[in-house]
Amino acid sequence: MWTFFHKLGSPPWLYAIAGAILRWLVPLTLAALVGGMVWGLLFTAPDFRQGNSYRIIYIHVPAAVVALAAYYVMAIAGAVSLIWRIKMADVAMKAAAPVGAALTFIALFTGALWGKPTWGTWWVWDARITSMLILLFLYLGVVALYESFDNKEAAGKACAVLTLVGMVNIPIIYKSVDWWYSLHQPASIKFTGESTIDASMLYPLMLMIAAFYALFTCCLLMNMRAELLQRESRTAWVRKLANKEGRR
Amino acid sequence: MYFDSFHALLTMNGHGIYVWPAYLLTIFVILAVLIAPMRRSNRLLVQLAGEIRRTESATVSDVKGQR
Repeated sequence: MWTFFHKLGSPPWLYAIAGAILRWLVPLTLAALVGGMVWGLLFTAPDFRQGNSYRIIYIHVPAAVVALAAYYVMAIAGAVSLIWRIKMADVAMKAAAPVGAALTFIALFTGALWGKPTWGTWWVWDARITSMLILLFLYLGVVALYESFDNKEAAGKACAVLTLVGMVNIPIIYKSVDWWYSLHQPASIKFTGESTIDASMLYPLMLMIAAFYALFTCCLLMNMRAELLQRESRTAWVRKLANKEGRR
Repeated sequence: MYFDSFHALLTMNGHGIYVWPAYLLTIFVILAVLIAPMRRSNRLLVQLAGEIRRTESATVSDVKGQR
C-alpha cells in the first residue's frame, strides 16, 4: 500500500501508468459517447410534454454532473497540495481546471439551447444558472491565475486557495433548484426513492453520464502527462522519451 | 429508429434547430479538450528532441575542432 503512494509521487511511473490506462480508456470513452449520442438522438421516443427538444438532456445533464465532480477533484487536489505539499496534487489541480471549464461551458450552452423552446428564453438569471456561470468563472479564474504567476509554486498555492474558497459555490448549485423556485426543474434522478424519468430515457442518460466521467478522466490524465513532461523536461527520463518519440 | 425519414430526423418537429447545434458544439468541445493535451505533449517532445540534437552536434563539432 505505501509503495503505491510512494510510486504515485514518481513522475515517470505516473506518466507510464497514465499512458497505459489511456490506451484503452480513450477508445472506450469515444465508443460510449458515440453510442450514447446515437441512442439518445435516434432510438428514444420524444418527451410527451417537451417533444424532441428534451434530447439535449443526454449531453446537458452529464456535462453538468461531471462539471461539478471535476470541481471536487480540483478542490481535493488543491487541499492536498496545500497541506502536504505533494507536487502531483498540484499537477492534478492544474490539469482539472480547463476540462472543468469546458464541461461547464457545454452545460450552459446546451442549457440555453434547451431553454429557448422549453421556457421561451435563452437565459434567466435564476439561482441554478447563475451559480453554474460562477462555476465557469472559478475554473477560468484558476487557469488565468496559474498563468499570471512566474513563480509556479506561488501560483499553485494561490490557485489552491481560490479553489477552496470557491467550494462555497458547490452546495449552492446542488440546492439552488430546491431553495429557490425558478424555471429550472429539480433533479429527475434520485439516489433515494423513485426517479421521475422513464427507464427508456434513463438508460441512455446513465450511459452518457458514465461516458462524460470517462471523458473527464481521459482529459485529466492527458493534461497531467503534458504538465509532467514540461515540469520534468530537464530530467533524464523525459530526455530519453524525447529522443525516442520526438524525432521524426 | 424513432424517426421515419432523414428529413424528420433533421427537423425534429421544429426542435432540430436547437438539438443539432447543441450536439455539434458538444462534439467540437470534446474533440478540442482531447486534442489539446496531445498536441502539447507532442510539441514538447519534438522541441526537446531538437534541443538535444543541437547540443549533441555542438559537442561533436567541438571535439572535431580540438583535433
